[in-house]
Amino acid sequence: MAAPVRFLGLDLGSRTTKIVEWSAGAVAGFEIFDTTPDSIERVRARLARRDYALAAATGYGRFLMNAHLGCRIVTEITACALGARSIRPGAGMVIDIGGQDSKVIRLGNGSGAFADFEMNDRCAAGTGRFLEVMAGRLGYGLEEFGRAAERASESVVLNSMCTVFAESEVISLLAEGRDRASIARGLHASIVDRIYPLAARFETTGDIMMAGGVALNPCLVDLLAQKLGRPVVVPENPQIVTALGAALAVKAGLPV
Amino acid sequence: MARDHDDLLRELGLDLDLHHRIFDTVDRSFAETVLSQRDRPSRMAYFDGVVREAHGGRVREIVGRRAAGDKFIGTFCIYVPEEIILALGAIPVALCGGTSLSIPYAEKMLPRDICPLVKSTLGLALSNTCPFGPVEDLAVGETTCDAKKKTWDLLARGGDFHVLEVPQKKGRRDRDLWLEEVVSFKDRLEELTGRRLDPERLAESVRLMNRKRRALARLNGFRAETNPPISGLDALVVMQGALIDDPARFTARLEDLNDELADRVRRGAGAASGRGRRIMVSGCPSVMGNWKLHALIEAAGAAVVCDETCTGARYYENLVEETDGGLDAQLAAVAGRYLKIECSCFSPNAERLESIVRLAREFRVDGVIQYVLQYCHTYNIEAVAVADALREAGIPSLKIVTDYAEADTGQLRLRIDAFLESLGR
Repeated sequence: MAAPVRFLGLDLGSRTTKIVEWSAGAVAGFEIFDTTPDSIERVRARLARRDYALAAATGYGRFLMNAHLGCRIVTEITACALGARSIRPGAGMVIDIGGQDSKVIRLGNGSGAFADFEMNDRCAAGTGRFLEVMAGRLGYGLEEFGRAAERASESVVLNSMCTVFAESEVISLLAEGRDRASIARGLHASIVDRIYPLAARFETTGDIMMAGGVALNPCLVDLLAQKLGRPVVVPENPQIVTALGAALAVKAGLPV
Repeated sequence: MARDHDDLLRELGLDLDLHHRIFDTVDRSFAETVLSQRDRPSRMAYFDGVVREAHGGRVREIVGRRAAGDKFIGTFCIYVPEEIILALGAIPVALCGGTSLSIPYAEKMLPRDICPLVKSTLGLALSNTCPFGPVEDLAVGETTCDAKKKTWDLLARGGDFHVLEVPQKKGRRDRDLWLEEVVSFKDRLEELTGRRLDPERLAESVRLMNRKRRALARLNGFRAETNPPISGLDALVVMQGALIDDPARFTARLEDLNDELADRVRRGAGAASGRGRRIMVSGCPSVMGNWKLHALIEAAGAAVVCDETCTGARYYENLVEETDGGLDAQLAAVAGRYLKIECSCFSPNAERLESIVRLAREFRVDGVIQYVLQYCHTYNIEAVAVADALREAGIPSLKIVTDYAEADTGQLRLRIDAFLESLGR
């Protein structure tokens, strides 16, 4: 019996690269690794195995993949929407906080992959990068940072949204002797304040799903759910939703 | 850029090194975005020349006219009635800046959170790189936004300045105010030129400007074709030229281009922007030097087929009524035409929303991209009402907020590509 046909979705993000294999109606495997100057070589090596029918690239590196490796391309917005729909058909909205930007996508009932989308402004405020910088400043690893924020007894109000200014504010707060965990919680709350208006612009009745690496931070998910007054669903591997969507997009037929 | 006019620019006292550093980059961007397009109409060559000669031949021409006694008027808005300037033998040129490279010179004085158009314009003046500054007999500002108003106050310290008060509503009192403003502008120009406004000359310039606007409307009409014979970028280049070139010569060359476009339509020769998704750009102007948004949209495989901007329909729609009722009636007709311009400075502004939906249908667009120059509050906020009006009409839209810098092109390309995917390209 012939092996089932395999489709590859490649998501070349600003912080991590994700590869998802789709075969026989399910995710057959995935890889996640840091995006570095060499990560394209790792993708090239993966593609060199030639064990797939078609591959599609998405993310900031998509044009590079198209030019060098002949992959078809799709935007992160369409890919994330397709991935979210396949994981949870009842989803009405996806909030995807990535390393470099955050997106809110309204899925809608139309024939298209999505109905509407909003993105953050061009700076790093409200993105994974913001959390990363702030965790470092507080001397936490990323996971520890989320756990500390979850346990904190209070939340310090931060006034700066800008990554650079918020960092100075955190330094001043530490100098005043404020509790590290409370500052961590305040930083989480400030991200949520940044995402909330983007999400609140869309009225939706379906489930709200969170995708992207930041969805692995339970404190942030809880705070976001509280702010939106609705449960927020996190899939098993939130980082690969967009790569999965790219595989589904190429399976459904993407122009070359 | 070419160095053929260095003698002139030096004579005008410009900072030649800085001028070339800024405008070599503008030239390169023009070559990369506009000149590199395939299948351009051959008569675009004249309009490419208008861009290339903006700081050369055109300045030389103005210097010659001034030596013969004519006055040169710098403007910053399509609300300034060109008919009156022309009727007094004066030369109007729009001096809005479209390059990011002059912005740091404005930021020495202005706060950073001001729109790039105002900063670029002031930056060219302050860095001594705008060749029109030294030959300007009068600059004319207007009150279409707060940033401009307060910048005029700063610019006025350097020379003669006249501010036209553009009303904020379109009622009877506002029409009276605007007519008064147009009349006092005429008085100021009469004083400057030492000439009396002659009704015959005004009738002539009204006919010329009407002919120019009709020719621009015809050019834009070709973009409504299923296979447009001209790209959105090229149409923009023509519109940008309309704001600086001699109107009679410009109109004659535009009519030639229109004949070529009519022929291309007959032969089915489309522009490189082709039969992709049809996009209307709505909102802020893209003045000379700024080809960023149109280039991004057309590089993504769509065609810009209509511009609801100051470098688009707002400039060419509506003509001045040609009346033989005497000078007062003529001035009223001029004022009346200009008050129909749908700037976002008006409140309420239902007419603009209706025009956007009308244009979207006339040009059979698949979607509208609302173009907001960063910190342009009126277009940015009005974008909410525009998006609602379009949604009600069943037309998808996307809002882009950006400045002149290239730093965000990756993000913008993502938004534009995603928008096109949602239209099912």
